[in-house]
Amino acid sequence: MTTLFTILFDGVAYGMLLFVLACGLAVTLGLMNFVNLAHGAFAMAGGYICAVLVNNSGWPFFAALPLAFVVSAAIGVVLERALYRHLYARSHLDQVLFSIGLVFMSVAAVDYIMGSSRVFIKLPAALEGQFDVFGVGIGRYRLMIIVICGLLTVALQLILARTRFGSRLRAAVDDPRAAIGLGINVPQVFAITFAFGCGLAGLGGALSAEILGLDPYFPLKFMIYFLIVVTVGGSSSITGPFLASLLLGIGDVAGKYYVPKMGPFVIYTIMIVILIWRPNGLFGRTAAR
Amino acid sequence: MFIRRQLLLVAGALAVAATVPHARAQEETVKIGLIVPMTGGQASTGRQIDNAIKLYMQQKGDTVAGKKIEIILRDDAAVPDNTKRMAQELIVNEKVNVIAGFGVTPAALAAAPLATQAKVPEIVMAAGTSIITERSPYIVRTSFTLAQSSTIIGDWAVKNGIKKVATLTSDYAPGNDALASFKEHFVAGGGEIVEEVKVPLANPDFAPFLQRMKDSKPDAMFVFVPAGQGGNFMKQYAERGLDKSGIKVIGPGDVMDDDLLNNMGDAALGAVTAHLYSAAHPSQINKEFVAAYKKAFNNRPGFMAVGGYDGIHLIYEALKKTGGDATGDKLIAAMKGMKWESPRGPISIDPETRDIVQNIYIRKVEKVDGELYNVEFATFEAVKDPGKTKK
Repeated sequence: MTTLFTILFDGVAYGMLLFVLACGLAVTLGLMNFVNLAHGAFAMAGGYICAVLVNNSGWPFFAALPLAFVVSAAIGVVLERALYRHLYARSHLDQVLFSIGLVFMSVAAVDYIMGSSRVFIKLPAALEGQFDVFGVGIGRYRLMIIVICGLLTVALQLILARTRFGSRLRAAVDDPRAAIGLGINVPQVFAITFAFGCGLAGLGGALSAEILGLDPYFPLKFMIYFLIVVTVGGSSSITGPFLASLLLGIGDVAGKYYVPKMGPFVIYTIMIVILIWRPNGLFGRTAAR
Repeated sequence: MFIRRQLLLVAGALAVAATVPHARAQEETVKIGLIVPMTGGQASTGRQIDNAIKLYMQQKGDTVAGKKIEIILRDDAAVPDNTKRMAQELIVNEKVNVIAGFGVTPAALAAAPLATQAKVPEIVMAAGTSIITERSPYIVRTSFTLAQSSTIIGDWAVKNGIKKVATLTSDYAPGNDALASFKEHFVAGGGEIVEEVKVPLANPDFAPFLQRMKDSKPDAMFVFVPAGQGGNFMKQYAERGLDKSGIKVIGPGDVMDDDLLNNMGDAALGAVTAHLYSAAHPSQINKEFVAAYKKAFNNRPGFMAVGGYDGIHLIYEALKKTGGDATGDKLIAAMKGMKWESPRGPISIDPETRDIVQNIYIRKVEKVDGELYNVEFATFEAVKDPGKTKK
């Protein structure tokens, strides 16, 4: 019985991690209708920034995390203004080709600068190991992930639902023309949203180095996972991808534990079943724009 | 019309003139086509081999038996199609006398038919599946086979009071090789496998598999994952408290490659592996090798570097023996049965299988001068490849 809870705990931590990594993609794909396959590249950037700061410059881990967010977001702003902006109106195929090209460039660049071997982030001792709560093994690092990601999710939901920026964003998405007419600076709203999504990915990348491993192929390896989260969750809100991430995280961990031979197939099976049942994802709007 | 013909004649004469000194120069040089992955996930293999060869040629000079040695480096990124194309190009266009390198098994296999056809020796410096040397009579190996280290760790485990083992191996050819040879020897010795888990190669998170290991309560877990994943694995092993619950990590030494070991952190301490080489091997020749390598490349040599170092040594010695004759058959004949003292210890080339015969050491990860090293504490001498001897 205690094992079940440990598995559940690990699954939730894994799912939360997937959510932080992928929710930026849900925003660009769902809210801005832009297929950004290069999303993982921003996550990788965050991971490497954190690794360099902690390992080479001696920053404390918790100070490096916000910086991973800030720098990834800054890279996001620059690329959005310089490159992405021009592709908003183009077809999805153009967007896919452009962003996959960006992925390959980022892989090659990081390989060249940082080398191809895996990078580890030196963690503070307080985050290492596991402790027992009524016999349930709780990993400290995973607990931290759950706390950080949980807080982020609540904050995101509040920003989207309660703040003026949130309502502007929703307006800009629902009907850009009317939004412009009402005096909302739509390109600016999109740029900020995009940067925020990139920052989240960067933070996710920094957090995931310990669990998923960080190497130059990160954006390619995890692209599938991000896409699964977004397709299963539906891309019209934050709740959808959040629940999808949890479902996939728990499904993946439990599947690998209980039926290790089938392990890698479990999440794909879940995805297929859900998509047959609800082609637009769990919380997708039927007949999107 | 007339002018054109004359021009053609001139061009033809020039072409002939150009090839003549070229052919003469070729008699004086021995060309080695080095095909290794220098980019991609296996890049560290290629870099180590390339470094080691550079180091060797720096130490011993670039002429042997009156011939100048020329290395032509090609990067195949561990994609076998590339390997084949590059090997062909090197043999046909560059007229190399030897092809060498080969970071992964499929790459070594892809070049095998070309080696046979062109009668060009293929020196395998990295890839570790048993069958490779059987694919062409021109293949000689200076690296290792996975069966060599996996059977030895199986034997060692039984003898040292480990009765129940859970296995965690990556689900691909080398992983399955390692598992099969370990199991065979461990079970034959009276050991019991209580849990067997194959992890997908592109596995993001070891957590569920490790939990399964923990719950099956073995004395030790046998692990084989690709070198790059070793660090992640060991970290999660410690995170889950498996080190404290007394479950040891044993396995072939690839997981604890010297190249990466020091970055794994203290989680790796105490892991027992069987392997052909440790940078901490206590011989004079190895101390000099490690010191020279560190000085030149600012990094510790791993077993891939030693494979390259011994590979180029083998070519040098074979050329000495043939008096500089670089024809394939003569070189292969000279290489068969050759014995020498390598940084890893005494090694030889099995005259029958052209595969390497070497000592396998049992090592434990310990802290030496603040750095993590595999410290050898038991030796199995002159191990042949068990993948072949059983036939």
